[in-house]
Amino acid sequence: MKKFVEFFTSLKLTVVLLAFSIVLVFVGTLAQADEGLYGAQAHYFKQWIVIGAHMFGHKIPLVLPGGYLLGVLLLVNLVTTHVYRFELTWKKTGIQLAHAGVIVLLVGQLSTDLLSRELQMRFTGGESRNYSDSATQYELIFRNGDEVTAIAEKILKPGTELKLASLPFTIRVKEHWRNSDLNFRAPMMQNAPPLTTNGVALNFDFHQTEDVKTTDQRNVPTLLLEFLTPAGSLGAWVASDWCGDAALVAAVRDGYAQMGASMAQKIAGALTAPQSLTVDGKNYTFLVRPARVIHPFMLTLLKATHTTYPGTDIPKDFRSRVRIDNQASGEHREVEISMNHPLRYGGYTFYQYQMDAGEMAAQAGRKPSSVLSVVRNPGWLTPYIGCTMVGIGLTIQFLYHLVGFVTKKRTP
Amino acid sequence: MKMILQKWTPPFLLLVMALWFFGNASAPKDKTFAYGEFSQLPVTFNGRVKPMDSVARNSLLEIREKQTLNTEPWKAWNEQPKIISASEWLANVMMNSAVADDWPCFRVDNPDLISLLKLPEKSAKSDGKHYSWNQLMPMFDTLAKENARVEKVESASRTAYENAIAKLEQRVSLYAQLRNTLQPADIQNWPLQLAEYERLIPLGLAAAQAQQAGRQFDQTNFNIFVGYISTFQFMAGLEAPLVLPPADGEHQWRRMSDALLAAPKGKPLDAAVHDYAKLCGALAANQPDQFNAALADLRSEIARTQPQALDKARAEVFFNRMEPFYNAMVIYILAGLLAVFSWFNLSETLRRSAVWLTWLALAIHTTGLVYRMVLEGRPPVTNLYSSAIFIGWGSVVLGLILEKFHKNGIGIVVASVIGFLTLIIAHHLALEGDTMEMMRAVLDTNFWLATHVVAVTVGYASTYVAGFLALIYILRGVFTKTLDAATGKSLARMIYGIVCFATLFSFVGTVLGGIWADQSWGRFWGWDPKENGALIIVLWNALILHLRWGGIIRERGLVNCAIFGNIVTAWSWFGVNMLGIGLHSYGFTEAAFKWLMLFVVSQLGCIALGLLPLKWWKSFSRAPVNTPA
Repeated sequence: MKKFVEFFTSLKLTVVLLAFSIVLVFVGTLAQADEGLYGAQAHYFKQWIVIGAHMFGHKIPLVLPGGYLLGVLLLVNLVTTHVYRFELTWKKTGIQLAHAGVIVLLVGQLSTDLLSRELQMRFTGGESRNYSDSATQYELIFRNGDEVTAIAEKILKPGTELKLASLPFTIRVKEHWRNSDLNFRAPMMQNAPPLTTNGVALNFDFHQTEDVKTTDQRNVPTLLLEFLTPAGSLGAWVASDWCGDAALVAAVRDGYAQMGASMAQKIAGALTAPQSLTVDGKNYTFLVRPARVIHPFMLTLLKATHTTYPGTDIPKDFRSRVRIDNQASGEHREVEISMNHPLRYGGYTFYQYQMDAGEMAAQAGRKPSSVLSVVRNPGWLTPYIGCTMVGIGLTIQFLYHLVGFVTKKRTP
Repeated sequence: MKMILQKWTPPFLLLVMALWFFGNASAPKDKTFAYGEFSQLPVTFNGRVKPMDSVARNSLLEIREKQTLNTEPWKAWNEQPKIISASEWLANVMMNSAVADDWPCFRVDNPDLISLLKLPEKSAKSDGKHYSWNQLMPMFDTLAKENARVEKVESASRTAYENAIAKLEQRVSLYAQLRNTLQPADIQNWPLQLAEYERLIPLGLAAAQAQQAGRQFDQTNFNIFVGYISTFQFMAGLEAPLVLPPADGEHQWRRMSDALLAAPKGKPLDAAVHDYAKLCGALAANQPDQFNAALADLRSEIARTQPQALDKARAEVFFNRMEPFYNAMVIYILAGLLAVFSWFNLSETLRRSAVWLTWLALAIHTTGLVYRMVLEGRPPVTNLYSSAIFIGWGSVVLGLILEKFHKNGIGIVVASVIGFLTLIIAHHLALEGDTMEMMRAVLDTNFWLATHVVAVTVGYASTYVAGFLALIYILRGVFTKTLDAATGKSLARMIYGIVCFATLFSFVGTVLGGIWADQSWGRFWGWDPKENGALIIVLWNALILHLRWGGIIRERGLVNCAIFGNIVTAWSWFGVNMLGIGLHSYGFTEAAFKWLMLFVVSQLGCIALGLLPLKWWKSFSRAPVNTPA
């Protein structure tokens, strides 16, 4: 125990951890050019041990402690030192307060990492939403009347067979592509055989693509599934986010615009045609969509405004005016959400994220629309508290030194 | 006598430099055409109201990389080539293209580009670097074709030649905008043509309506009218500056082309349109008196409708002419030299002179900083350019405070060297265009700009001060005999104190940045490159402090660590922007990358010097004991 305390309260450990942190942050920043922001976060920071790194387009063999490991060790180092070295003297107040603040920050970040959820709410003017979509996670859903079964994307690994009580068939996952693209199977062309002869795959070829690298793009997953009943197979089917997302469908339609508006419309129609299975006289429609969180209240987009500086395209302001309707609390009120002015409501925070409004949208004939980023983070206050503590602590310490320095100068 | 000299030299030097500064700032008299007054006219460009002078200077900076135009660049400096002001250049580009289009204002350096465009090499009538619009014009198609290819290449992987293509294309299109700002470019006698257009409006409209309805119409009137409209539509497509103040009862500034195209829709042309036309006519016809009279009319018209815009424009012209940062830079050099000399002959007069001059430079620097803040209505740092100015300012203040306590010239050298370097960096960043650009939506918040950005930049400034103090320690120690034990000790104490200060500010600034991100995007920390850069500064400073407390490093270790702090800060300030990723990326410039690398190598070199055994240091190589035999 004594050895343990000695090790964890040593200043040398702090120094080593700080040095490794610097190296890790530097490597993790450089790697973003190759691996993308999300990739680098997962590889370096949200990680215990980092093996191999990317720098300037080259793979470099090296092993580093990951962000989690360094964070936890620093936390242990700080807490034990605090416990065993605590002294209530003026000389130490500042330093101790500052370090306590760092503890708050570290704990806060760890809790944010574990507990926070990032979602999005997208709507056009006049629409209402009582749910938010995940920006990064998807789910496979089966709908039979009002009954909905949702399966998270991450448990649908290739080769898995799933049998759920609410569904009268077994799902066998044949392929799971985290990001995918598609091509229209034009008739009269020399096409390779389709992935499967059911549903949307008859008209479209889906194929896997690399994961996206930047935060303003997102993966579009596609699944190749087979449904099995005791009576036999219902065949293989493709389920893809390409078929359900309005923006993606519009992009596909615009991509085939040169084939004529009606043909493009037909292609879009083939993409969105619902796919369903009939088992024991019951009809199950299935699709892939972003994972959804249902709120006990409803937001309605009343107005989306996008202003630019005169004579330029430089955005000056984005703001969404929304109405909150909460039956439980009887609230019906309007609020304005703009850049730097989020709405905190019902345990979630709603931020102005993207916007398609103003002259550009009007000229292209699109209705104004707005995307809110919706975040649930129970630890959101910790940075405020931690920062205040460190700021005050370091200021006290600094003034203590400065006063000492000046008085020493005055009385040689 | 000597006493008097010692006493009065510093104030005398200060007076001389102050007079030099005021002499630079005073306005030159207009001899014929009142270009000085023209330069004060307010216009709206890049989203803000500014004087013609700023449009002129920024455009010329972008096109020629200088704020003045040499119309005879092939002459050596002693042959007295004709140099004209940016405003005179702009007035002629806008209103007298017959003359301006022959001025060699486009700077082209890349030899491949010069040969692609078949431009003349160095000769009696060309300096092989500067070319006119008329010289470039025959090759516009070639340039556009190359540019279409270059646009598909990602900016980070472009060659020097491809960068030169993209740059020249930008310069040409800016020039094209300016030519079509006040009148259709290449038009003969604009006032006459404008009157003709106004006369034709009802006739042309009638003809157009008749043609639509399939009735008989006046073909001549119709053709001329349609000709005017298509010329004005071409002007409108270029998105030139908005020169016309809001019409009565409206709020929006307008382009000349907007007003011309709105006339047939029943909006009569206002006085400003006619006044500008008179200006154009008078300049093209070389009639200074008419030009100045029309200008006076136009100014009184704007003074009536837009008094605030006119005042703001005049204030900005004064600021442009004052060039506070350039002048401060020159005085910093002088002060730094005096302070360095003071170490060698240990002259108190030299040191005091350096202190006085640094105060003068700081006063000018501060005036510029505050003036900018008032003009913009913003906290001091809004972009990379102003961050350089503010880092310099903060470092100079810190250096002067150190000098106040230690009185050994060290604070002054640090202040003046960092002041000079940061202002030189700012000077080069200003080549990118308007330094008072508008803030994008997410940045449009004075609260966070005033807290987070200022705290982080003070953190940068103080880390640099510590680093430069350390450089002085090493350079004086290794190369001179002036570093005695007491000076070394006091330097180490200064470095330690400044590192504490830097830790405080960079930590608070970084966390405030996280809180801002939480307020606008819903995440406190996102591992964005700029965030990471700031975090590394905090960690590095914290590391230095812990190493020191643990006794793992002593005086020399501290000094070497502080120098490495310079590299860490440069990486965060510029390096991460060059990665071309993340929320704070401003694009990759080869020149900036080269300088950054040079800086890093020089700092590593100094650290290597710092690691040399003490017996090779000039200051410590003397025999340890000097007792008489």
